[in-house]
Order: sequence, then C-alpha cells, then structure tokens
Amino acid sequence: MDTKTIKKEAINTQTTERISGSEAVVRCLLEEGVKVLYGYPGGAIMPVYDELYKFQDKIHHVLARHEQGATHAAQGYARISGEVGVAIATSGPGATNLITGIADAQIDSTPMVCITGQVSSHLLGSDAFQETDIVGISTPVTKWNCQVTKASQIPEAMAKAFYIAKSGRPGPVLVDITKDAQFEEFDFKYEKCKGVRSYNPIPKLDPTSVAAAAKLINAAKKPMIVWGQGVSLGQAEAQFKAVVEKAGIPSAWTILGAGAIPTSHPLNIGMVGMHGNYAPNVLTNDCDVLIAIGMRFDDRVTGSLSTYAKQAKVIHFEIDPAEIDKNVKTDVAVLGDAKESLAALLPLLEEKTHPEWHQKFKDLYAIEYEKVIKDDLHPTKEGLTMAEVLKEINIQTKGDAAIVSDVGQHQMIACRYANFNKTRSNITSGGLGTMGFGLPAAIGAKMAAPDREVISISGDGGYQMTIQELGTIFQQKVPVKIVVLNNEFLGMVRQWQQLFFEKRYASTEMTNPDFVAIAKGYSIEAQKVTKREELKDAVAKMINTDGPYFLEVCVEKEGNVFPMIPTGASVSEVRLE
Amino acid sequence: MSTEKQLFTVSIYTENNIGLLNRISAIFQRRHINIESLNTSPSEIDGVSRFTIVVNMSEDNIKKIIGQIEKQVEVIKAYYHTEDDIIYQESCIFKMRSGLLFDERQIQNIIKESNARIVTVNRDFFVIEKSGRKEEIELLHRELSVFGIMQFTRSGRIAVTKDEMKISTMLQAFQH
Repeated sequence: MDTKTIKKEAINTQTTERISGSEAVVRCLLEEGVKVLYGYPGGAIMPVYDELYKFQDKIHHVLARHEQGATHAAQGYARISGEVGVAIATSGPGATNLITGIADAQIDSTPMVCITGQVSSHLLGSDAFQETDIVGISTPVTKWNCQVTKASQIPEAMAKAFYIAKSGRPGPVLVDITKDAQFEEFDFKYEKCKGVRSYNPIPKLDPTSVAAAAKLINAAKKPMIVWGQGVSLGQAEAQFKAVVEKAGIPSAWTILGAGAIPTSHPLNIGMVGMHGNYAPNVLTNDCDVLIAIGMRFDDRVTGSLSTYAKQAKVIHFEIDPAEIDKNVKTDVAVLGDAKESLAALLPLLEEKTHPEWHQKFKDLYAIEYEKVIKDDLHPTKEGLTMAEVLKEINIQTKGDAAIVSDVGQHQMIACRYANFNKTRSNITSGGLGTMGFGLPAAIGAKMAAPDREVISISGDGGYQMTIQELGTIFQQKVPVKIVVLNNEFLGMVRQWQQLFFEKRYASTEMTNPDFVAIAKGYSIEAQKVTKREELKDAVAKMINTDGPYFLEVCVEKEGNVFPMIPTGASVSEVRLE
Repeated sequence: MSTEKQLFTVSIYTENNIGLLNRISAIFQRRHINIESLNTSPSEIDGVSRFTIVVNMSEDNIKKIIGQIEKQVEVIKAYYHTEDDIIYQESCIFKMRSGLLFDERQIQNIIKESNARIVTVNRDFFVIEKSGRKEEIELLHRELSVFGIMQFTRSGRIAVTKDEMKISTMLQAFQH
C-alpha cells in the first residue's frame, strides 16, 4: 500500500497552492459544482463567509432568516434537482438550528451537506461561547459526520461529505470546522472522493434474485406494485414505467414516490397509506404478489403490520440492505440500484394485462369517488374545500407544477389531488412530518428549477413556523407562489381530536394575523379569497404574476381528510367517513 | 423460535474513528436495548478496530441491528454469534487486604483452583487477576467476597469465532 501512495504522488504533477482553510472550504464547494448554498453567518464561521464574499461571482449564498429555513431550502433544492443541497451555519445555536432539517433529510433520504463553524480547537470542551457538540448531537440523524481541526483535513472531509451524501441511499452529512482550521494556511489540492473503503453504497445486483422476482411476477394473478422515492432517487423512471406497462401491474405510490409515473397514467392507481386511496389500500390485502420498489414500509403506509399483505408473496427492490425484512418479511429481496434492477427485470417479464384485477381497482375507486372525492372536488356546501383549490391549480398549471407542501391536512389533500405530470414534483416532508418545511423548501426548489412553476402549499399552522423566510423570498426575489389554506385550526390534530378525543380541541384553534398584510410587508403581492367564485381568478392572478405571490384561501374550518386508516388499524379497514 | 431472547455476541470491524462508538451505541440506545458488555480494541488487521458487544435479544431483532450497524459508513462488517459460535473470555481484577493471605489460608487454594494469579503484593493489599468465562469469574467473586473485597472490576467480553470471518479478503475487494 505504501508503494502505491508514493507512485501516485510521483505521477501527480499538479502543483498545490497555499491558501487558508476557509478559502479551501469555498474552493471545495466549487470543485463539487455547488452554485447555491443557504445559510446564516456568525462568529465561528466568519472566515468562510469572508471567502464567500470574495467568491460571490462564482457561488451564490442565500441568507435565510433562520438556520432551519436554510436546511429546508437546501432540501428543496436537492429534492427537485437530485443535486446535493448545501447549508452552512455557525457554531452553537446556528448548528443546533440545523438539526430539524438534518433529521428530515435523513428520514427522507435527501442528499445534503451541512457545514458548521466550531470554536477554535484549543477551546473544544471548555464550554466556550457558542460551543456545542454538534458532531455528537447530529450523529443519530446524519448519514455521516466529522469534525475538522486542521486546515489540511478540509479537502478530504469535504470530498467525502459530498460523495457520501449523494451515493447509494442519499442522506445528510455534516462537516464541523474549527475556527483555527479556517484561518490556518496549507497546501491545497482537491481530489474528488471515488470511494470509501468501508462503505458499499450500491449492493451488487444478484441475477438469481431478479429471476426469482420475475418468476413470481409472471405467475401472479393479482400483482400490485407499491413504489417509493427510490425510483426517482435512482433516476429509474423510464425503466419503472417500462416494467409497469409490460407486466400490466396496477401501481400505487407512497407520498415520496409520487410522480415517478404521471398521475394520469392508467396503471397509476393512486396513493397508499393513512390518507391514501381506497382501492390500493384495501387491495393490498387482496393481491397475490406485492412488489415494493424503493420504499421502506413506513407505518403510515402499512398500518397494522400483523395484518399487512399477509396473503401475498412480497418482493422488495431496495438499495439499503437494512430495509429488507425490517418491517415486512420479504419472499424475494432484490438488492441494488433501482435503475439497474428494473432494467434487468424487464426482459424477464411476460406481457400481461390483468383486466379483471384492474376492474377491482376501478370498482373501489367508484366507491371512493362517491363517498369522498366528489364532495372534496365539487362541494355543494358553502365553505371552500382544500381539494377544490388543488383542482384549480391542476387546471391552471396543467399539472406541470412542482407542489411543495408542508405538513398536515393540506399536505394529504395536496398529495391526493395534485396532478403530477413530472417526476420530482411532490416535495414534502414525508418521514419526519416537519411543519414549517414547505415555504423554505419551495425557495430551494424554485432556485434549483427556475423554469418550473413551484407552488408552496401550507396550512395556517405550519406556514407560521417558518414565515420569516418571506424575508428570504423578498431579498432574493424568488418567484415562488405561496398558497396558505387557512382553516384557523391545526387541522390534522383537530381532526384526530374530533375522531379520537371526543372533540376536545386542545390548543388547536388559531387566532391568525393578517397574512396578506404580512406578505405585503415584504413587498410580495398578495390576495385573500373567501368565496368559491373568486378562486379561479385568484389562482390565475397568482400563476400569471412574474414575481413571488401570496394567496390565502379561507377554507371550511372543520373539514376532514378521508379516506383514513386509524393508527393501528389494518390497511383494509380504511375508513371513508 | 427466532423471537426468543438469547445472548448474542456482536463483532464489528471498523475504521478507527472518533465518533463511531457514539454511532454504534446510539443504534442500541434508540431501540432501548441494554448493552451487557462492550469492548473495543485493535483487530488482526492494521488500522482496523474491532468492537465486541454482548446483548440479550431475539435473533430477528439482532439481524435488524446488524443491518443498521453495517449501514454506518465507517463500519466494514458486522456479525452476530451465538455462544456456540465463539471462544470467549472476560477478565477481572480483585484488590484485597494483604493480611488475608496470612489470616485466611484458604484464599491461596481458591486462587490456585480458580486459575487466577496474583499480580502484585505489598504491605497493604494484593491484586488478583482472573480471565475466563463469566460464570467462572462470578464464582471467584462469590468465593472471595466473604473475605471482603476492597475493589473489584470486570472487563467486557472479548471473543474470536470458530469460523473464519474473511475480513482481509473483503478489505482487498473494497480497494480494487
């Protein structure tokens, strides 16, 4: 091994440059192709900010109004583009404020690199001003993290950070850099990370498992697919569509999987899970082969595990070996990258159409339409429903918009009713359920995909958790469209209180400020809608405005989201009312 | 069957990294699993550390834990073993009053019979060391405690497997 290293250095004629650690941080970001990063300055990260100032023509720093907002913006950037999102903050409170976004990125497999400043190395452990053990604190919620105390360690740490964040099952990483390492000068040389000895990001595809999966699928009379974010993370949309179409399999999605094939695709049978569609939930417990692709059998998807798809053979296509048999026992596990696995599966599949099986989905859809969807989309009552706002957005954006939702009732309605023509169009906090995610995530999404219409949809509760990011939108002139569906309640909690706590509405009613005035305070054009007949024109005004726009829609106060699988119930016990 | 709790010994080969102990212990802590013993040391491979952890849990759950451990970037490989898969030892140290060696002659027999050894003797105290299985150490502890123990400490379990683990081959494969 020693001889190898020596050889490498002898061949490498690239000259090194003597620069500071802080300049190295920015140069590393440039080497990794970072164009935008989100953050907030402070004492321990000031040397890096000084370099960001010098390099401002090459890299755009977006000043968030709170570090949490910076992480969600970085997440939104990553989710719509597939690129690594970058957030930067100072030590202490700056660093701890990143944690919610990091935890969100960890559970939703979002590639993100967080850089934090740290007190000088001689002060570590002394309870210095703004010292916090951010490596310790972030350990359980990062894919990888490290602390750098010498400038010479910066290039390798940064290269590893980007490689680990993006490769395999993506996730957040954190690099904590002491202030003395930022000031220290060293000979800079950058090499991209091509691998980490102990880390195998993509398991080698085993052809026998693919063959076993194909055999089960070909023999199935009632196959069903549930796909997750793994399809879009693996950029396997085309391979996935080909598999679905060739084998004629009804396919349902988890909320993070949405859009990998368009909503309108005839084999797309809707969403599974707690507020998913009736047919795929009920028929999960009727199918004979359940094919899970890039999803992790979250409890919000499966309901009670003891009654989940017990009759079915389960095939699990997955990149992360730790997910196999974690929640649901599989009969065939196909470990590997979704694109490669599905491409290998395709030629082994027989062409099928399963018309009778499809009819079952259509019959159950008809029931859901009568009991739920009709009243959601075409209400006869006076109050506006959340769903009709989504319907209007679908019509006016032709289903091409990226919908960035927050967490709660509006989120479930957005996932259920938004039309997703394109992949990476449903940007939402799935696993962690982070209220306040939506608005800042929409900023990142719009900046990563300026040509796409990006619509942030929030409830009045979550919106106020990161409302300060209106300042970021104002300063950066990000033309994001902001919709708040205001029911003056923390609606999802209220719904649970109604159903399971005998309508004791403990701390869920909200006295809200004048949202329009607040938006206008940031020079954002704004409008409030209270009547059905105003909705169409208001959405049109929003879509046709060039800059950012705020639209508040006052919806019925005590609307509920159905279908619903109560916690602990079986997927087939999904309630329609 | 595999949902019954039993003792498992976990061997983890890792890169030598400051934060890794934290990462690994967090995996157990998050699932409310008590670690019976934990030892870290160098391994047979240069620059590779080895964790030996003993836990009491079901085989179904230990499999999931191994998956979570292996998922950590700096973990090379993790295994779990039953008691039959391994040769294991623990070690312990007793500090006792020197007078006992003269007042209580049977102590010398206990030391001899238990294959313990006296590490040091001075005017005030002497120190006994014993390596062996947990039960042997517990027996010695019971036998000595009647005389009064000044200090006692026991190490975590260390273990080697009867079967080969092929870490070197694996590491070579990673490097190419």
